[in-house]
Amino acid sequence: MGEPGTKEILNLEDLEASGGIRTGRKHVLSILVENKPGVLARIAGLFARRGFNIDSLAVGATDDTAISRITLTLDGAAHPIDQVTKQLHKLVNVIKIRDLEPAETVARELALFKVTADGPARGEVMQIVEIFRGKIIDVTRRSVIVEITGTWEKIEAFERMVRPFGLVEMARTGEIAISRGRSET
Amino acid sequence: MRAVDAIMECLKAEGVDSVFGIPGGANLPTYDALYDAGIRHVQCRHEQGAGHAAEGYAKASGKVGVALATSGPGATNLVTCIADAVMDSVPTVFLTGQVRTELIGTDGFQEADISGITMPIVKHSILIQDPRDIPKAIHEAFHIARTGRPGPVLVDVPQDLSRADIPYEPVTNVHLPGYQPTTDGNAKQIRLAAKALANSRRPVIYGGGGIINADAAREFREFCDSDAFPVTCTLMGLGAFPADSEQWLGMLGMHGTRTANYAMDEADLIVAIGARFDDRVTGKLSEFAPRAKFIHIDIDPAEISKNVPAHIPIVGDAKNILPKFTAEYRALGTDGARLEGWLTRIRGWQEKHPLGYEDSIDAEIKPQYMVQAMYEATEGQAIVTSDVGQHQMWAAQYYGFTRPRQWINSGGLGTMGFGLPSALGAKVAQPGQDVVCLAGDGSLIMTVQELATCVDENIPVKVFLMNNGYLGMVRQWQELFWDGRYSSVKMGSSPDWVKLAEAFGAKGMQVTEKGELVGAFKEALAEEGPVLVDVRVTPEENCYPMIPAGQAARDMVG
Repeated sequence: MGEPGTKEILNLEDLEASGGIRTGRKHVLSILVENKPGVLARIAGLFARRGFNIDSLAVGATDDTAISRITLTLDGAAHPIDQVTKQLHKLVNVIKIRDLEPAETVARELALFKVTADGPARGEVMQIVEIFRGKIIDVTRRSVIVEITGTWEKIEAFERMVRPFGLVEMARTGEIAISRGRSET
Repeated sequence: MRAVDAIMECLKAEGVDSVFGIPGGANLPTYDALYDAGIRHVQCRHEQGAGHAAEGYAKASGKVGVALATSGPGATNLVTCIADAVMDSVPTVFLTGQVRTELIGTDGFQEADISGITMPIVKHSILIQDPRDIPKAIHEAFHIARTGRPGPVLVDVPQDLSRADIPYEPVTNVHLPGYQPTTDGNAKQIRLAAKALANSRRPVIYGGGGIINADAAREFREFCDSDAFPVTCTLMGLGAFPADSEQWLGMLGMHGTRTANYAMDEADLIVAIGARFDDRVTGKLSEFAPRAKFIHIDIDPAEISKNVPAHIPIVGDAKNILPKFTAEYRALGTDGARLEGWLTRIRGWQEKHPLGYEDSIDAEIKPQYMVQAMYEATEGQAIVTSDVGQHQMWAAQYYGFTRPRQWINSGGLGTMGFGLPSALGAKVAQPGQDVVCLAGDGSLIMTVQELATCVDENIPVKVFLMNNGYLGMVRQWQELFWDGRYSSVKMGSSPDWVKLAEAFGAKGMQVTEKGELVGAFKEALAEEGPVLVDVRVTPEENCYPMIPAGQAARDMVG
């Protein structure tokens, strides 16, 4: 890619191609941080600076009140993700980071779906909810609200199933995750 | 105790003897405490001047530099300095006043979210929310600024909180669970590195500013001397290795010597120490040192394999690692004769491509000669600061720095206007040494108001102005790469520098003839107060050699 100072005219495709190669793999980062104001802004800022799009983000308490856990999923590029975790480590308020291996991780997300369900469709929707082990938590004559937990993929699958019935709206928490086995994440 | 008085106690406990700044509404309480705190305050004329002065102080002394500013515009004027300090890893603490807590977020008078604005360019920042946290915050700031990879820390103190009456007890230990820099260096990795070095036939030692930050120049010298290893340094590393040594190849990179760049190109092993493979060093990354394996020693793990993948990474403090590395290498008892072919090849380049320029046959002053004259007049002993551009590169090429902290410049951010304020900071830190600012005319005008500070605060820096009437480096690029279309690079005839210096109360001199230059510099150095010497040099001289943008070391021109 051309140097900023030279006359070379850059074409748009080259510019886009130089933006980085995507691994296509989803990364789940579990970040333990000091529970202090501004920490989330610092972390989000780092991702923004590297041009990373955060797919989901969940922040919550841990067993220690001084520490929060940020679980963050993103579609990373192989090299930069290593750079980003190193840069994250440099933030003084970041205590620990793990790039969780999918096979050794238990991840869950909670989602709420408001689905149109009247007439004969209602039965079908309820059947799908049952298959996905969801719960209907609100019913009107024309719609239901479904609560569902599971992995990111399961929720995506559920969405695909109910969308044809008329998806009014959806809210998702973003995944939280911890590693399998006895030791700490 | 008032929180601001506690701040003064903390500063003194941290060994601060001088600070740089400007008061304003939001830091009035701090300045009231400063009034009789027993700390020297250098009242600068612009916050950018104060910030760079703090950097110059830090770079010349190795201590943490401190700059103070008020809220809003005072704080935003520090932004360039903070960015500069993060790029060049300068240990600095910036203490800003903030509007009263009840006004935060209301667009109050002189309110700016300075911790938000500076978030991407600080090593850390602390917005005070409880006055009782202030002493701890100050000590944390100093601890973070000076340890690990040094850098700028901002502490933003709302005006009302700074007036609070707080119980003060000296803070003795700082505990930060998320901040524990690795300093020791993995012993196994060091052994591996020593073996790789012993097996290499064409090694080059590539040192950076990290060596100076680690105060490891002596250890570096001993390491390099453990065989006759050829040594090159980055712009920031100059002075870490004496330029009069036989092993010295000169600076590497865009305006480095051919020898240094060719040696990198043909090396089979490169030992990078406290250097970060900046694009001005590597040129075209895919063709950078294609035959080499890399040992990379750095205190910042994020630097390792960032630009160039390291074969043997060692994270830690150069001061700890180098003696171990040297010992491991010596223990292997390798025969230094294996390097002979390589050293002969290097000597060949040195003879064929020495640094050089065509000197004038008349009285015209070539800019390169100006640097040599400066060297002669100062006997190579002055602390030299510079602005950014051609003169900076010529200083790096022609002033043979022999000791660390002798060369103070803005490398990473490339901040024009850095020279004069950093010189005044350096002089405050090292009053017993000559401090010379080699300035460019485009740069000097950006922060020239600090001449007033030098005069009023009795800080006798000598400004040697390389006046070519152009934004010289930009002009050079326009000439070489943009068909000579000189777009907005001519500086014109304003100001009259001698009169300007005199208006500030400094001595002003002008030199136009080569024969008078050394004498004029000596005269300026002998003066008691600050002096500005306006030196008229060849207007359109180009800085060579040069690796054209985006090309490889092999393609050096000039």
